[in-house]
Amino acid sequence: MSQMSMIKAINSALDIMMQKDPTVVILGEDVGYFGGVFRCTSGLQAKYGEHRVIDAPIAEGGIIGSAIGIGTNGLRPVAEIQFADYIYPGMDQILSELARLRYRSGGEFFSPVTVRTPCGGGIRGGQTHSQSPEAVFTHLSGIVTVMPSNPYDAKGLLISAIESDDPVVFFEPKRIYSGPFDGDPDKPAVSWSSHPGGEVPEGHYTVPLGKAAVIEQGSDLSIVTYGTMVHVVQAAVRKSGVSADIIDVRTLAPLDIDTLRESVEKTGRCLIAHEATRFCGYGAELVATVQEECFYHLEAPIGRVAGWDTPYPHAFEWEYFPGQDRVLAGISSIMESV
Amino acid sequence: MTPKSRLHIPQPSARPGEEPDFSYLSLSEAGAVARPDPDTPASKIENLAHEMVRVLDDDGIAKGEWVPDLNPEKLLKALRMMLLTRIFDARMQRVQRQGKISFYMQSLGEEAVSIGQGMALERGDMLFPSYRNQGLFILRGTSLVDMMCQCLSNTRDMCKGRQMPIMYHNKKGNVFSISGNLATQYPHAVGWAMASAIKGEDHIAASWVGDGSTAEADFHYALTFAAVYQAPVILNVVNNQWAISTFQGFAGGERRSFAARGLGLGIPGVRVDGNDLLAVYAVTDWAAQRAREGRGPTLIELVTYRGGAHSTSDDPTIYRPKDEWSSFPLGDPIERLKQHLVNAGHWSDEQHAELEAELKKSVDDDWKEAISYGTMTEGPRLNVDEMFDDVYAETPAHLKKQREQLRALRGSSS
Repeated sequence: MSQMSMIKAINSALDIMMQKDPTVVILGEDVGYFGGVFRCTSGLQAKYGEHRVIDAPIAEGGIIGSAIGIGTNGLRPVAEIQFADYIYPGMDQILSELARLRYRSGGEFFSPVTVRTPCGGGIRGGQTHSQSPEAVFTHLSGIVTVMPSNPYDAKGLLISAIESDDPVVFFEPKRIYSGPFDGDPDKPAVSWSSHPGGEVPEGHYTVPLGKAAVIEQGSDLSIVTYGTMVHVVQAAVRKSGVSADIIDVRTLAPLDIDTLRESVEKTGRCLIAHEATRFCGYGAELVATVQEECFYHLEAPIGRVAGWDTPYPHAFEWEYFPGQDRVLAGISSIMESV
Repeated sequence: MTPKSRLHIPQPSARPGEEPDFSYLSLSEAGAVARPDPDTPASKIENLAHEMVRVLDDDGIAKGEWVPDLNPEKLLKALRMMLLTRIFDARMQRVQRQGKISFYMQSLGEEAVSIGQGMALERGDMLFPSYRNQGLFILRGTSLVDMMCQCLSNTRDMCKGRQMPIMYHNKKGNVFSISGNLATQYPHAVGWAMASAIKGEDHIAASWVGDGSTAEADFHYALTFAAVYQAPVILNVVNNQWAISTFQGFAGGERRSFAARGLGLGIPGVRVDGNDLLAVYAVTDWAAQRAREGRGPTLIELVTYRGGAHSTSDDPTIYRPKDEWSSFPLGDPIERLKQHLVNAGHWSDEQHAELEAELKKSVDDDWKEAISYGTMTEGPRLNVDEMFDDVYAETPAHLKKQREQLRALRGSSS
């Protein structure tokens, strides 16, 4: 075991997979010589060479399209899109090609591409460096969508993603790259060294795709969340004094329905929390699923805490971000329902 | 043995600790390239995409057929505008380092692009800038206080706090809103120019991208549409050698010039010394004449050097030699124009020093005024209610409800 930030954990997952599997190649903007603008690929080109850690032209559609081709020819590509906000030029390749290649070829062709991309706000990135577009991808049949909330999961899930023959879009919440963040920007930043999720094995291990984690056990309420919001929810629950299950979804699609059902059947109340915009957000699917699975166990309407339905404003980052006060209001509203 | 395919990885000429080497840049002598009539068919002037239009020689003497018709007053204005851009940049870079603004991007070393090209265009022409074209805004009369207030996201911010620093716009000055996404503005410029042609107006459009962004599909869409419809547009590639950490070879600049990208579509390309204000002005004026006379688009490559980091989030010492800029064979655009004006007897070192002091003082005064409208941490703040405005022309019910929710939350927490 050693202490790792999420950046270090991702770097370690890539390093281990490149060592273990000579077919793994990385491509993306600034990933090679420079080691990535967030340093996730630091040192890998020096170690594995320029033919395996490939600097790419600034063309997200080209990166994802060529990654698909590389993947169909026996290699296992890990593409980096520098910010999730810049993934859209690659959207046609993801939606029409990557997601459907296996299906349309009767199961004969596939491309095991992993697309890594930093997402989320909290770094004063304004509307073009703060988005959480996960629901755009969970809506596509054929794509596995992942968002870890700590270094341990990030490494284990990324190794699973790379080993998987299915295409994975792997979101990295950049606000928690260096340390957990409870939603209070005025508090001094903390590092992962004081958090159990920062304890990461040096070697190979996996966290399975498609499995949620119940990170806190309670009796009165189930809170379903993922990414940065896991930490915000934990802080809000401590403040509220409510006894809550906190479920970190981790793999957004395919969804671990069993874990959700078990929890909500036990507590009878459910709150969903995510940073992305609310309307048609991933929370809408969670609400619908919980309602279908657990209707007769519910004692209150399912609640949602989410980003407002506006682009991410630079000046009002903290008014936009669904912080602890919004989670607390969501908890009160559900607990006060008779 | 039969040769085998091998993945080619472009290599920059020098990395940190190595001697800068610009031998890969093919240069023409000042005055060496002939200036064709603007009505010359594209197929007859393909040489312009490979040679380099240069007017000022190493001694600052203007030479050849491309010497533009610019009187000393105009040249002094250009010098002043370039210097003002640089001083503004330096000031904003400093306040970012002091934590007063969240982010900044300088145009250090590239000032002749915006100032030279902007001066060659008419006020009614529409500009679609990239994020390193602050000179265009300054030239089109955007007040520095307004630009500073945008960077501060304060109560006078033209973007109402919604954009990161440097994402300006100037509706009245005909400068489009800057996007953080790369090359997206290129097809917009073509579309604007198509509309100008549809409406029978003689305004033209111009847009800018960096060498790196030419890899984006939007660049290629724009060229295709511009060629198909012969849109009155000037498409500019600012080849400043570096796209964050990747040198221009990663955008495909190793084998042919960026100016040559349009040749396959029949779009004339002109490669120009981007640090030579006279040459920049002259080729832009030439392309504008072509566009206005119905001869369609021109692709201009401006060869320059990114003197600073990509942004305040970047550290170029990791990937390029520290002193690379000082070895760049096309020099510093401000020094070159100054030398030309001094040689011609229109300017002196003393006057230059005075101007520099005057502009520094005025930028300092502008900053003092700008922060009186608030900073990220002090002074007046924008009304948070405005966060929900302008998502749609009329704010829909669900956003009004969210605004009420936020009001209630803020009311209860204060």
